[in-house]
Amino acid sequence: MLEVQALNTFYGKLQVLWDVSLQVQEGEIVAIVGSNGAGKTTLLNSILGLVRPASGHVTFLGQRIDGLPSHAIAEQGISIVPEGGRVFPDMNVRENLEMGAYPAHAWERRRETLEYVYQLFPRLRERERQLARTLSGGERQMLAIGRALMSRPRLCLFDEPSYGLAPVLVKETFEIIQKIREQGVTVLLVEQNVRRALEIADRAYVLENGHICMEGACAELLESDHIRRAYLGM
Amino acid sequence: MPLLEGKGVTKYFGGLAAVLNVDFHIEQGEVVGLIGPNGAGKTTLFNLISGALTPQSGTIRFRGENITGLKPHVICRKGIARTFQLVRVFPNMSVLENVLMGVLFGKSDGHGMGQALEEAEKWVDFVGLSPVKGLPARSLTLANQKRLEVARALATGPKLLLLDELMAGLNPTEVAQTMELVNRIREQGITVFMVEHVMKAIMGICNRIIVLHHGEKIAEGTPQEIATSRTVIEVYLGE
Amino acid sequence: MKPGNVNLRKLWGPGLTFVVLALLAAFPLYASAYGLILVTDILMFVILALSWALFSAPTGYVSLAPAAFFGVGIYTSAILGKQLPLPLVVFLGGLISFCLALLVGALTLRLRGIYFAMFTFGLVELIKHFWLWYEIRFTGTRGRFVVVVDQKTIYIIMFVTFVLLLGTTYLIRRSRWGLALRSVGECEEAAAHIGVNVNILKTITFAISAIFMGAAGSVIATRWTYVDPYIAFNPLYSFMAVLMAIFGGISNPYGPILGAVIFAYLEEILLTRFPYYYMLIFGVVLIITVLYLPEGLIGLVMKLRKRMAGGQDALA
Repeated sequence: MLEVQALNTFYGKLQVLWDVSLQVQEGEIVAIVGSNGAGKTTLLNSILGLVRPASGHVTFLGQRIDGLPSHAIAEQGISIVPEGGRVFPDMNVRENLEMGAYPAHAWERRRETLEYVYQLFPRLRERERQLARTLSGGERQMLAIGRALMSRPRLCLFDEPSYGLAPVLVKETFEIIQKIREQGVTVLLVEQNVRRALEIADRAYVLENGHICMEGACAELLESDHIRRAYLGM
Repeated sequence: MPLLEGKGVTKYFGGLAAVLNVDFHIEQGEVVGLIGPNGAGKTTLFNLISGALTPQSGTIRFRGENITGLKPHVICRKGIARTFQLVRVFPNMSVLENVLMGVLFGKSDGHGMGQALEEAEKWVDFVGLSPVKGLPARSLTLANQKRLEVARALATGPKLLLLDELMAGLNPTEVAQTMELVNRIREQGITVFMVEHVMKAIMGICNRIIVLHHGEKIAEGTPQEIATSRTVIEVYLGE
Repeated sequence: MKPGNVNLRKLWGPGLTFVVLALLAAFPLYASAYGLILVTDILMFVILALSWALFSAPTGYVSLAPAAFFGVGIYTSAILGKQLPLPLVVFLGGLISFCLALLVGALTLRLRGIYFAMFTFGLVELIKHFWLWYEIRFTGTRGRFVVVVDQKTIYIIMFVTFVLLLGTTYLIRRSRWGLALRSVGECEEAAAHIGVNVNILKTITFAISAIFMGAAGSVIATRWTYVDPYIAFNPLYSFMAVLMAIFGGISNPYGPILGAVIFAYLEEILLTRFPYYYMLIFGVVLIITVLYLPEGLIGLVMKLRKRMAGGQDALA
């Protein structure tokens, strides 16, 4: 479904990604793990068209999307849940969600999608008229996920969904991600909570200093000595 | 006499109680954890202690002195330093300059520039950022920006350090390194009060844990007591 | 890299400054009457732009109040010029501006961003209209004549004001005070929490910058011979100060100076040669600066110097 091929990305003169390749099949949950500064966010930004890679390409559903502007990529059916639950602080919950339905194909069906999001997160319906800035961290995270779903994505990218969440909410968030997949949305997940990420994902890529240094089924990676030492703190 | 003591501390936002009638005390040399669901009022409590907000009622005493409602810079100079949940480094200043700010302004006694630089270097080294000390703070990874905030706070010479979600966004290995950092801070004789969601860290380094829920203190005790408390499991930990 | 090279490069700025200052100090000895007037005018704009940048550049608080303090200086001159010697009048113009700025700063520096800019803009209008009302109601006049002073004296006092401002800027920038101002611009909340008394810092710095605006007004008023509130409190002087500083670049003090010199000189040339187009040409220059030189002229100069230095290193 998504294919990244030999991606090289620079910030100024600094090369952040080196020959990064990965694939995501339809219906999968794929995780990308790595330490802070390994290039995970840059990788997401390259897929989303926020950073232009120096070489390599990104294909989505058989079409090249690298070089397309971000809004065009969103129209293709890729959406993102940004790190730390970033939402529009001075809009209320409903307005935030409606913003998510901005792509033309999603706008027509926004009422229906809104209902679906409210079912997924009843809390958001309760807070419909509240400004996003007054939400708690967990609610904001729900709102960010809800907004991403409003565009009716085929593929949803998550940037550190568990960031700053209470353990109960971390658990909930991961359950929601699994639920989203059951609804037919493919998931690409960047996450520091490596254990949880590997538990819910099917496959994972390990990014170190801008290189993909390992990949494979999550069950295998969980057994790997390198992963256990470098990422699970064992 | 406790190092820090709060009595009946209350703060409303609009009609909503963010912190309600909370009593707490921190003893010299402790590491105390503050946990609770998102939106429970943890950061608000830190803002009340550090002077960013003033409580509507209740008093906060530091080393026996009433510090309720004092300005942030005054509270800092009395010996309470903090870090922020969403990092607030000075992005265009170098790492060293960030820390130098703490040395120059955080203490009531004056410093010569040479001596101040030396001390700033010491704290940069303490958190392990010496290799990047000349870089602008914005170019650091999130994890390192958090360390920088710790160094800047330590540079003000605090007796009490408030850490707000220092471990968020770190992988387990980085969490372990940061726990080690907190232990070294404690060894410096600095008392630590920390908001944290990473249970392994909280359970591993805290002497005592306070649990907030909807602005109220619902539990307090040793890590073992908290880990097995029915209420805490229900509202916070999940089974 | 040889140590000699480094020293030379470091001395470049101060050395050039010293030479220019020496030339300016000796200027009345060899200048024509027109030259003296022109350079006095340019120095006035340099003072406005540089004193604006003293507070607004590091903190990011955009003040549109220069015209208010400038006008206070002008009126100090108009009222006291007959009784007191000019240096004392200029000192008082600075002092009164300082006090007014302390008051205004204490009241408004809590405001951020656009609100602060709007308030300071409003201040100019407020003082203008208050003063109009006062003059008509109590003194029965609208304008005043200002005592005339010879051009050399005006030049010298303007130059001394500039040197004092330059010295103040330098001292603030290299001290912990300058670092604190920058920290306010970077993240005010964090600054407060590491012990910076942000309100006092902002208010005092704002007031210090007002001293020089007021002083410049007091000096230049003696050249204008007649003033009324519309002339003295003209918001254009606020905009000019801001535009010149941004045009020159606000990352270091050379920027506003460079910007003001070029702008003021251009104005003189354009106003005499193309009186109908000069505002238009100004507009175009500004648009080009904002679009292509976000760091201002000084940013361009530094980039070129870095490239040249880089080239040398590559050769070595």
